[in-house]
Amino acid sequence: MARMPTALGGSAVSAKTMSCSLDAPANAISVCRDGTQVAVAGRNIFKIYGIEEEQLTERANLRVGRKPSLNFSCADVAWHQMDENLLATAATNGAVVTWNLGRPSRNKQDQLFMEHKRTVNKVCFHPAELYILLSGSQDGSMKCFDLRRKESICTFSGQSESVRDVHFSARDFFTFAATFENGNVQLWDMRRPDRCERMFTAHNGPVFSCDWHPDDRGCLVTGGRDKMVKVWDLTGYKARESHCVQTIASVAHVLWRPDRKYHIATCSMMVDHNIYVWDVRRPYVPFAMFEEHKDVTTGIAWRHAHDPHFLLSGSKDSTLYQHFFKDAQRPASRAIPEGLSVGLFGDVAFAVKESLCSAEGSRKSYGPDRRYPFFFIRRQDPAEQFTNVSSALSVFESQPGAASMDWFAQTARRYGLSGGPLPELCDRNAAVARQLKRYQVAQIWTMLKIIYAGACAAGTVGSVGQGSGKAGHPLSSFTLKDGTAALGSEAKLDRGRLENRQDSLPLDSTITLLQTNEDNEETEGSDAPADYLFGDGEGDEDDLFIVDHENAPEEHEFILPQEGFPLRHEILDHPTTLDHFQDKTDSPHISGNEADSVSLTPTEGISLVSVSQPPFEHGFSTDYFNPIVRDMMCFYAEQGDVQMAISVLIVLGDRIRKEIDEQTQVRPNKIRMSFPRFLVNVLTGCRGALVHVLHRPPTAIPTLERGQRGDQTEHVPIHQLPEPGLYHPARQLQQLQAANEYPRLDVREVSTGSEQVCCVPPRGEGLVRLVSGMHSWRTPPARHGLVPIPHPLPDRMRTPL
Amino acid sequence: MAGRTGAAGRWDGLCSRDPGRRQAALDGVRQAVLSLSERLGGGGPPAPSPGCSSPADGLNEYLVRLLVLSRRCPFSDVRDKCGAILQVVQEMGVRIPRPLAEGPSEFIPEKEILRLGREDAEIRVLLIEAFATLGRLDNVTLLMVFHPQYLDSFLKTQHYLMHVDGPLPYCYRHYIAIMAAAQHQCSYLVNLHVNDFLQVGGDPKWLAGLDSAPLKLQTLSEVNKILAHRPWLITKDHIEKLLKAEEHGWSLAELIHVVVLLTHYHSLASFTFGCGINPELRCDGGHSFQLPSVGNCYLFAITNGNNAVEERLNVQVGSEGTETTCEVEALMEKMKRLQECRDEEETSQEEMATRFEREKTESFFVAPSENEKSIDTREISRHFEDPSYGYKDFCRHGEQYVPTFRAQDYTWEDHGYSLVNRLYPDVGQLLDEKFQKAYNLTYNTMAMHKDVDTSMLRRAIWNYIHCMFGIKYDDYDYGEINHLLDRNFKVYIKTVVCSPAKTTKRMYDSFWRQFKHSEKIHVNLLLMEARMQAELLYALTAITRYLT
Repeated sequence: MARMPTALGGSAVSAKTMSCSLDAPANAISVCRDGTQVAVAGRNIFKIYGIEEEQLTERANLRVGRKPSLNFSCADVAWHQMDENLLATAATNGAVVTWNLGRPSRNKQDQLFMEHKRTVNKVCFHPAELYILLSGSQDGSMKCFDLRRKESICTFSGQSESVRDVHFSARDFFTFAATFENGNVQLWDMRRPDRCERMFTAHNGPVFSCDWHPDDRGCLVTGGRDKMVKVWDLTGYKARESHCVQTIASVAHVLWRPDRKYHIATCSMMVDHNIYVWDVRRPYVPFAMFEEHKDVTTGIAWRHAHDPHFLLSGSKDSTLYQHFFKDAQRPASRAIPEGLSVGLFGDVAFAVKESLCSAEGSRKSYGPDRRYPFFFIRRQDPAEQFTNVSSALSVFESQPGAASMDWFAQTARRYGLSGGPLPELCDRNAAVARQLKRYQVAQIWTMLKIIYAGACAAGTVGSVGQGSGKAGHPLSSFTLKDGTAALGSEAKLDRGRLENRQDSLPLDSTITLLQTNEDNEETEGSDAPADYLFGDGEGDEDDLFIVDHENAPEEHEFILPQEGFPLRHEILDHPTTLDHFQDKTDSPHISGNEADSVSLTPTEGISLVSVSQPPFEHGFSTDYFNPIVRDMMCFYAEQGDVQMAISVLIVLGDRIRKEIDEQTQVRPNKIRMSFPRFLVNVLTGCRGALVHVLHRPPTAIPTLERGQRGDQTEHVPIHQLPEPGLYHPARQLQQLQAANEYPRLDVREVSTGSEQVCCVPPRGEGLVRLVSGMHSWRTPPARHGLVPIPHPLPDRMRTPL
Repeated sequence: MAGRTGAAGRWDGLCSRDPGRRQAALDGVRQAVLSLSERLGGGGPPAPSPGCSSPADGLNEYLVRLLVLSRRCPFSDVRDKCGAILQVVQEMGVRIPRPLAEGPSEFIPEKEILRLGREDAEIRVLLIEAFATLGRLDNVTLLMVFHPQYLDSFLKTQHYLMHVDGPLPYCYRHYIAIMAAAQHQCSYLVNLHVNDFLQVGGDPKWLAGLDSAPLKLQTLSEVNKILAHRPWLITKDHIEKLLKAEEHGWSLAELIHVVVLLTHYHSLASFTFGCGINPELRCDGGHSFQLPSVGNCYLFAITNGNNAVEERLNVQVGSEGTETTCEVEALMEKMKRLQECRDEEETSQEEMATRFEREKTESFFVAPSENEKSIDTREISRHFEDPSYGYKDFCRHGEQYVPTFRAQDYTWEDHGYSLVNRLYPDVGQLLDEKFQKAYNLTYNTMAMHKDVDTSMLRRAIWNYIHCMFGIKYDDYDYGEINHLLDRNFKVYIKTVVCSPAKTTKRMYDSFWRQFKHSEKIHVNLLLMEARMQAELLYALTAITRYLT
């Protein structure tokens, strides 16, 4: 046993990660007591390998005999921890075979028990009794064998539920645990074969594996198909779940790490090939992981019962590995410690390393106060080997002055829609647009003026508009009041990208500033009377504009009341517009400062607007241009700029009226959040026009379970996506979700520039996990995770085992 | 226009759980029908006229719906009232439709099947649930209701696959269902889903044939064929082709959805044929405005693809009472003996290995006689390209060797479930429940005997089907199959699972003659689920291979 000291000391200098190739996929491995040899068993393999300093070498092949027998088709293998010559295997045909390496002949098979009717899933030697072997089978029974006898000494019945794992307790001589396909765990006393001592439901679905803590009495870890790893405290009257780790795939094996009280090694049943070592106190990011295998890991074993540095693993990819712990990946160190998410109402949640956050004075980060309890400070525990994972989560409510909707508000305030002759209005609007650096819009107004100037000169529309306007009729003049947001941020208007606001922003990276504008309306609406061309009744306006923050999104649900108004329509054409827009689409839309490069997230996939108008006046027809102007309006509406379309509609009035009838339906696919409010404005001014907003709820991806803790729920966006499968971003997201194994979570792209995705763990508790996005499906998100621990730790987290 | 939308609202109202709403809806329907009838009243029979805009068509549509509701609605008030309206209309001299078939199944006399109105509370809840969500009670449901536990799970799964948000758009789902059903020439399912397809806004042009469907759907044709007939041939290359097809590529989640849908409808086609499901009343071939006549009978026999006439001739066949009683007892005796000797007799490894091979080989010889029947492929042939591509017996794989699939190496419970649930959340869970319910369903009865442990028999059936697909369980003695399943039964199983369209009433009648119809439906559930699982296992293995 020359190697013993090395293994025990854990300081083997020459030790390293190494591997050897097997001839066939392995199903299970088991290590002999002194950690010098490992048995590998599978359907077509049963061999002993020696673990040497530089390599793994084959020592013996136990599959001898002329014909391969199903008795040797191993589902599991166990090496006795007291006798280094004694092994047992469980066969897929129901056989339990014991092997004695001490036999002089080539065939080392010792005993054969053909007692189980179905596949035997697990065999386990008693840790302290030389001759006691336990087996668990698909047929729902567990059998205890005394190797000195020819048959089992007793049978424990699991009530026809398949047994997936059996394990003798390391501390209690007579106790063993059995896990079942229906999610139950049973504790048995070997002396009482008639009924189990305790039973509790541990998982939803099969429990594939369990392991007793080597030191803590009554502490059992289980892993199941539901992707959970749970640590149970069985000392009390009731089984208590003391820790829980959510992994990304069905958990096939769980194993405590020697000499590390809180560490558990796990591997998965499907899809995920890595081996993880978790610290149960930090259940979100694996403490370490080994990525060597190319196919599912089927068996793991620590090399020595007191050496935490070497892990052996066998896999379906026909390799056997010795992993040296120093070579392990430490996901936490590679985690990207920032994340960003955008709320439905324009709020931005931004999580970042604490240090970075505090450095940034302008940001408002939420301390652990009652209202915003998600500034999680983690106290450093010197005993832990963790990297500091404390981060700050800041939530930016949309603030007055945030940029992107200024053009909208400004436009709304300053446009002239009626009350003057058409050329005048066009000029005015063109000027406004130009000031806002919306040049193509400005040009359109100019062109409209040219197209319709003659008609306007005839005065039909103008006079009517004027007449009613002067009469102070609320319908005749019309201005959108929206403005104050603009006041604080004139400077930002100069950022030069306002003109391409709508179409260059990808769906998910846009932010609504609806609230902002509303704030402003309430407080400042009456401060800016100068901006109105004509004053509507103040009372009316207030009714219209006071919009509750919370209820804001519900505005979309209204079918807006029908109101009359004298419409004048207008037509534009500007061929360059299209090109312009297309160009812009390619340009990067977000500059460095993400906080204010905000725009809108549509909540509806498709809205449908149809506009009709009662015959009010008969305008001129500039028939030739009308179709083009109509197309232009449709174009704008489709781009989401309904404001433009409707402004033109109003200004032109009946000139364009006959082109826009019930049949013309404008379907903006990216409608802006503020649209309904805008519409309300229009409606006050437009008696007789019917603006009908239809909503088709998009096929929603199942929404996440919301976080439970305090205010955070408000900021967890519940998100809906248009029909997945057709709609590209949604499909991508969905793939991403599938790939990242958090199908129920809210995975949301943050911005095209960033690679991160912010999601909330399904089990709530207000934790935010940040994972990086668009990785290949194989990459488990957990390894990139970084988790701020909530300030008040949940009870069970605080209590040590 | 307004009338039509109003009408739609009325029909919806009939599905309501609130009797008041139903009453109101009924009154509305009644008025509409009567006024329509009055306009046409006595004006000659509104026989099917080619002009699609004639008001008679509108009325006929109403009348058919009324007929359906009068027969297939869990609410007694709706049933009665609809019947009454039809009566009144008939008295006005309008020709009303009548059902062409007796009951939902051709194989099972209507009197054996649950009479609506006499069901117990549990079943009633289930039926109402189904009716309220789907707006109909189809024939499949009415047969499965023999086993309410299972039906519940089945409906939940089907509802989730077809009507709940998921990776695929709704019209794709129905189109895939049509493709899958058409692969087995199952006109019943095709008709059902053509209706649904149109209802969810599917493009009618696609129905002209697979060529008219989007390229993306066309790429599925090969996998559909393979899965339906020789699932063991599916490889990771097929999967790769689907996933990597540039613009027409499928995402993984979509692909899982597709695979589950395909297998679901393949196996449902097996059930449909295995139980001789009649065309839905609402669909073509389910009702007729013609008076009953000999010609009609003939028509019915053809459209249904089954030999109704033969049935009449064969009524007397199953009457050898004494002989068949022995059949049951003999079977039970065998089960008992097997149970006992399993503990004593030790079979050699070699023997065990050959037994599986023998069963596999033998399954070839129990192929049904090749009496090709005249199946009405008019509607459906366009959906599949290669009708000659049928089930090919496993042992006869001349051109390429297919290794036996070891069940323990890739099980549904461990591997299949994990993969499906990962990519299409909740479906794994639903399917798992459904498989378990089907596998574990038992009433501990066999024909007239009670308190029988049928697990051995059920396992034999399940494993026999998997055996036909080359899936081998290490821990099963395939000799049992030979003892427990007699030849007639094997022929039936083989036909239903592998070439369902060839199932005849004679086959249905000739196995297990003494058993109840509910037990035969139970068998069909096992066949259906075992088949689905086998197909799924092959498909999922291929996907897993692709992923690793």
